[in-house]
Amino acid sequence: MTKADIIEKVYLKTGFSKKESAEIVEQVFDLVKTTVAKGEKIKLAGFGNFVVKEKATRRGRNPQTGEEIEISSRRILTFKPSQVLKSAINGEGED
Amino acid sequence: MTKSELCEHLGEITGTLNKKEAELIVNTIFDGIRDALAAGERVEIRGFGSFSIRERDARMARNPKTGESVNIDGKKVPFFKTGKELKELVDQ
Repeated sequence: MTKADIIEKVYLKTGFSKKESAEIVEQVFDLVKTTVAKGEKIKLAGFGNFVVKEKATRRGRNPQTGEEIEISSRRILTFKPSQVLKSAINGEGED
Repeated sequence: MTKSELCEHLGEITGTLNKKEAELIVNTIFDGIRDALAAGERVEIRGFGSFSIRERDARMARNPKTGESVNIDGKKVPFFKTGKELKELVDQ
């Protein structure tokens, strides 16, 4: 499934034109993106949470050369699926 | 930000969507992703990231309270890989 398939679903479900549906879908993902970029989490009931986590600096090793390197601190985005999503994927329905 | 706050913001940004329409759209998008994953499909959203399914093997575990061994069945778990663009945006 790609963004085009999602746009098609929105188009069929809402009565907006394809062009409008494409713009709105883009705006939804942009809004999620700008929100997490600010470090704020997104909680989508029935789907899951997008959470920004701070990673501390740590020592790592280049697996090819064995050379020790420092991995600098950074912020990463994690996704924690909801129980509903996990159940749906395992064919357990919505419980 | 919760789903309902997201829908409110979406209404403000577009200036044309009311809350009901915004909710219908947000639900259609994320229910659609969920249904695709449930059907075993991978979902790729350019500039955002991709959702896929990972298999977890069956394993033996222990009930920490009783020390009893229990068999845990294999299962599927959803996995999100952040897209390059979003990864960079978050780490700025």
